Amino acid sequence: MDLTELQEIAEAERQAQKSIRVHCCTSTGCQAANSLGVKKNLEGAVKAADLGDRVQVVGVGCMGFCGRGPLVEIDPQDKLYEEVTPDDAASIIESLNGGTATANEGDLNHPFFARQMRIVRETSGKIDPERIEEYIAAGGYQSLYKVIHDMTPAEVVDQISKSGLRGRGGGGYPTGLKWATMAKMPGEQKYVICNADEGDPGAFMDRSVLESDPHRVLEGMAIAGYAVGATQAFIYVRAEYPLAIDRLQKAIKQAKRLSLLGSQIFGSPFDFKVDIRIGAGAFVCGEETALIASVEGGRGLPRPRPPYPAQSGLWGCPTLINNVETFANIAVIIREGAEWYANIGTEKSKGTKVFALTGKIRNNGLIEVPMGITLREIVEEMGGGVPDGEVKAVQTGGPSGGCIPASLLDTPVDYDSLVTIGSMMGSGGMVVMDETTSMIEVAQFYMEFCRGETCGKCIPCRVGTVQMYQALTKILKGEATMRDIEQLEQLCGMVKDTSLCGLGQTAPNPVMSTLRYFRDEYLVLLQDSPNGKVAVKS
Amino acid sequence: MSVKTLTIDGVDVAIEEGATLLTAAKEAGVHIPTLCHLEGVTDVGACRLCLVEIEGINKLLPACVTEVSEGMKVHTNTETLQEYRRMVVEMLFSEGNHICAVCVVNGNCQLQDAAIEVGMDHTRFPYRFPQRDVDVSHDRFGLDHNRCILCTRCVRVCDEIEGAHVWDVAGRGPASRIISGLAQPWGEVEACTSCGKCVDACPTGSLFRKGSTVAEMEKDRGKVEFLVTAREEHKWTR
Ligand SMILES: Cc1cc2nc3c(=O)[nH]c(=O)nc-3n(C[C@H](O)[C@H](O)[C@H](O)COP(=O)(O)O)c2cc1C
Ligand code: SF4
Ligand code: SF4
Ligand code: SF4
Ligand code: FES
Ligand code: FES
Repeated sequence: MDLTELQEIAEAERQAQKSIRVHCCTSTGCQAANSLGVKKNLEGAVKAADLGDRVQVVGVGCMGFCGRGPLVEIDPQDKLYEEVTPDDAASIIESLNGGTATANEGDLNHPFFARQMRIVRETSGKIDPERIEEYIAAGGYQSLYKVIHDMTPAEVVDQISKSGLRGRGGGGYPTGLKWATMAKMPGEQKYVICNADEGDPGAFMDRSVLESDPHRVLEGMAIAGYAVGATQAFIYVRAEYPLAIDRLQKAIKQAKRLSLLGSQIFGSPFDFKVDIRIGAGAFVCGEETALIASVEGGRGLPRPRPPYPAQSGLWGCPTLINNVETFANIAVIIREGAEWYANIGTEKSKGTKVFALTGKIRNNGLIEVPMGITLREIVEEMGGGVPDGEVKAVQTGGPSGGCIPASLLDTPVDYDSLVTIGSMMGSGGMVVMDETTSMIEVAQFYMEFCRGETCGKCIPCRVGTVQMYQALTKILKGEATMRDIEQLEQLCGMVKDTSLCGLGQTAPNPVMSTLRYFRDEYLVLLQDSPNGKVAVKS
Repeated sequence: MSVKTLTIDGVDVAIEEGATLLTAAKEAGVHIPTLCHLEGVTDVGACRLCLVEIEGINKLLPACVTEVSEGMKVHTNTETLQEYRRMVVEMLFSEGNHICAVCVVNGNCQLQDAAIEVGMDHTRFPYRFPQRDVDVSHDRFGLDHNRCILCTRCVRVCDEIEGAHVWDVAGRGPASRIISGLAQPWGEVEACTSCGKCVDACPTGSLFRKGSTVAEMEKDRGKVEFLVTAREEHKWTR
C-alpha cells in the first residue's frame, strides 16, 4: 500500500457512492429503539421505488441526538428525521421523489447541532463504521501515511505537544508530555494501550466513538506507536460493549488486510499490531495500573505510582496509555496542524470535548463542543433547558466529579475551571438536575457506586466509602445530628488524602461538592437542625 | 552504588539509592507503623498506615514503596498523619469482628499493637458486624475471616517464599475476602505444603495454629525475613 493506492481506494469509493445517501443510525442507542428495523424497511422502500441507482441507505454511527432515536438523515439534503418507526420508512423514501414523510422532522439548525464543533466526531453518523473504504474516502489513514513518510517520531511528538491536547480520560494530563516521556524511555519493547473501559455511570462517549468510527481510534494509536517506538498495542474494552467490540474486530481485520496495520505499514519498516482485550466491567479497571494488571491476566488491582506506566507498564515495559477520545483527536491534529488545533478552546484546555448530556433536560445526547463554552450555553441553549422548571445543578465528572449549582452556570467548561469549583471534567458525563432532585440522594447514589466498585485493596477506600454511604443514609433518614456531618467531612478528607488510587482519592468529591453548595439541604434534615425541625424523610 | 542523603523527622540519614523510606526511617531510628509490610516479601502499599509527608509534595506517600531521593525532607508523625492513622485503625476495627478478649493472639497481635500505638481506645465508626466464616478444614491450621484485615501478607508469603500460591483475594470492595485454592476449603487444597509460613506472616489472629487456646499463640514474624536472608545471602543466623 502506498499513498496512490490509498487515494485510489478513496476515489473509487467516492465514485461508487450514490448521489443521495440515507443515513440511518445503527449505534447502540438507536438500535435499542429498533433502528435496524427502520434500516431494513428503508432498504426495501428504495428497492420498491426502484431508486437504487441514485439512493443508497447507509447504516452509520451515532449522530448525537440519541434521546430522539432512531435517527435518519438525508445527505446532502440535510434533512433529519427523529423517532423514526419502520412504518415511516416508505414515506421517507417517497419524500425523495416529492412526497411527504410521516416521520417527525428534526431541526439541524437547532443550537444542539449548530453550536457543536466536531473533530473527534467529524465523520460519526456520516460514514458506515463497518467499511474501511468509507473512512478512507473521508481522508482516513492519510495522517498515518504522512507521519510515517514525512515526519520523524520526534516531529510527531512535537506536533502533539504544540497542539496542547490533554488526556480525555479524566485527568487531563498533557498528551504530548506523556508521548515525549515514552519516546525517551529506553527499551526494545514498548506498548500502546487504548483505555476503552469507560466505567462512569451515564457516560457513553467512548463507546460511541468506537461504534461510529473505529478506524479513527486505530489510526491515532498507530501514529502514537510510531511516535513513541511501540509495535504492539491493546485496546481494553469492557465486555458490556459488544457492538463496539464487534466493530473494532472488523476494523482491525480490514486495516490488516490493507496493510494499514501489521508489519511494514505503507512499505516502511514500521510494524504495529493491535489486539483487543475484553474487560469484565469493573470500574477500577479503568485506572491505568489496574488496567495493566488486567491485561496481564491478573486481578485488576491498582498499584502505587511511581513508577508510572511510561516507566514500567505492561510486563515491566514502557507503556503509553491514552483514552479513546484522546486517540481520536490525533489524526485530525496531524492533518490540520498543531497550530490549528491550538487555536480551538481556551488557553490551557485546547480543542473540543465530547459530553454525554443527560438528566432533566430537553435534548439528550452526545455533543462535541469547543472547550471554554459555558455550562449555561450547553445546558440552556443546546440542551434546551429543563423541560418544566429550573436547573438546580449540573453534575460533571461522574463519581470523581461534583455537582455545580445553577448559580455557577456561567463557568467555562475547561479542565481547570471545573476543578476550581470542586468538580472536574472527567470523561464527559454531564447530568442536569432540576428542583425536584435531592442533592443528598445524588451524593448517596455516587457513593453507592463507589462502595460497590472499590477494589478493596486499601482500607480508606474499602471501608471509607461504606461509612460515607451509611452516613448519607442516616442523614436522609433524619436520624443524624451535626456530629454526623462533621464526621462525614472528616471522612471525605481522609479518604481523599490517603487512598491508593484515583478511585478512592476522588470518591468523596460528589459528597464534598454537595456539602459545599447545598449544605442547607443537609442541615434541615438534622435532628438538631438550627430551626429545630426534625425532618424525617417520608 | 550511589548514596542519597535525606532527613527524616529532622534526623540526617545517608542510605543507598533505591532504598525505601521505610528502610531509611529504620536506619534513622524513626518508627513508622505498618501492617501490610512484611520484611522479605514485595510491598503493595495497601494499608496506608505508613503514609508520610514530604516537603514540596502535596500528596501523602507510603513509606514502604517510596524510594529515597536526594535532599528529601520527610515528616512521619505530623498531626494530620496521626489523625489519619488513627482513622485507618478505627476503620479496620469497625469493618471486621475483632473481639480481642477471645482471640488466639490476644497480646501478640499487630493490629492490637497498631491500635495502641496510634492511641485508639474506641472506634468512632459504627461497627458493621459482618457475617463471616471460619475455615478449620486444614489439619493443622485454621482461618478466621472475622479477623482478617486483607493485608495479603499470607498471599505474598505463600506465593513468593513458599512458591505454592495457595491464597488469593476474591470479590471486591466490602465483599473482598481471602480464598484458598479456587475458593476450596483450605484442607482440600493440594498445593498447600502445610509449611505454616502464612500463619506466621499473618499480623492478626486470622490465620492460626490449631490447638492454641486464647492468647497463647505466638507467631514467628521474623521467619520470612530469616528465610529470605538465608536463601539470598547464605547467612543462617537470626
Ligand atoms: C477509578 C478510575 C477509573 C478510570 N476509568 C477510566 C476509563 O474508563 N477510561 C479512561 O480513558 N480513563 C479512565 N481513567 C483514567 C486512566 O487511569 C488514565 O488516566 C487515562 O486513561 C489516561 O489517558 P488520557 O491521558 O488520554 O486521559 C480512570 C481512572 C481512575 C482512577
Ligand atoms: S483507592 Fe479504592 S480502588 Fe484504589 S486501590 Fe484503594 S481500594 Fe482499590
Ligand atoms: S501453609 Fe504454607 S503452603 Fe499452605 S497456605 Fe500457608 S504458606 Fe501456603
Ligand atoms: S489472613 Fe492474615 S495475612 Fe492473610 S490477608 Fe488476612 S490478615 Fe492478612
Ligand atoms: S445512537 Fe443513534 S444518534 Fe446516538
Ligand atoms: S505498610 Fe505501607 S501501606 Fe501498608
